Amino acid sequence: MKFLRMRPGYGEQLIAEGDPNLLEDEQRLVEEFRKQLELGMWAAIPVQTESGRREAEMVRDFAEVPRDAGRVIFFPRAAGGAR
Amino acid sequence: MTVALIATAIVIVALLFEVTIPWFDRRAEARRVRKAAIEAGHIAAYDPGRERRAENRARELLKSCVNEEEWEMYRDLGLIRVWGGESLDSELRGVPYAYLIYPHKPIVAYLPQTGRLLNEYCVEFPDESKPYGSTRLPDSDDVLAKWMALKGDERRLISSANMHLPGRQVDQKLLQRDIWRLGRWERERLERSGRTQSGAA
Repeated sequence: MKFLRMRPGYGEQLIAEGDPNLLEDEQRLVEEFRKQLELGMWAAIPVQTESGRREAEMVRDFAEVPRDAGRVIFFPRAAGGAR
Repeated sequence: MTVALIATAIVIVALLFEVTIPWFDRRAEARRVRKAAIEAGHIAAYDPGRERRAENRARELLKSCVNEEEWEMYRDLGLIRVWGGESLDSELRGVPYAYLIYPHKPIVAYLPQTGRLLNEYCVEFPDESKPYGSTRLPDSDDVLAKWMALKGDERRLISSANMHLPGRQVDQKLLQRDIWRLGRWERERLERSGRTQSGAA
């Protein structure tokens, strides 16, 4: 499982990688997940439906991330734009 | 005659000098800033291709996440249409609606059946860590963030946005033109797909 973060001037950055089935990796991923949310990020998982359509799911907790998810993408939380 | 020509040349040179002074000033200032950034260890500030490389990476990420049709739509038209899945407006009474996603512009809701524009949702994804002094994501990352947020939690995204009547930031004529372009693009894509299938059969 890879954690990617969108950043200005970079595109996406790999911020963590690990196998959630291994305890040590899982702890690291959980910590990184929390850290990103505390930094004001939203987390999304690209998914594919049974019909083959690509969709996305927003997750607020690492427990919501499917174990077989390949990528979790973090991006800055939405804010209202020009008033 | 010669004296007149020399005098004219001098005047022209003097005028050109006057005109080009601001340009030289800007160049000198940019050089000073770059030199200061390098001395301060901010090597990144000296990388002119950074934004382009970031955008290229962002495009690859977008392509790997959205559907093929959506990717081609973005590549060809510079926008992505996402169908709405919520009943955000009771006035719609179940009529299908969709959003147009543009990079760094408001999300626009409209009725595909009639082309009627509904609302503009002004939303940004500012990265306050400002890695290069800017909070702005690359264009394709901005589009992907909107796409994922709409697909994953439409209500949350829309409630985070500032809602305005259409035309506030995006020109209505441009929107109507894009809706027309999108319709034509879909018809052509369908025809191409039909030809390919009949050719294969």
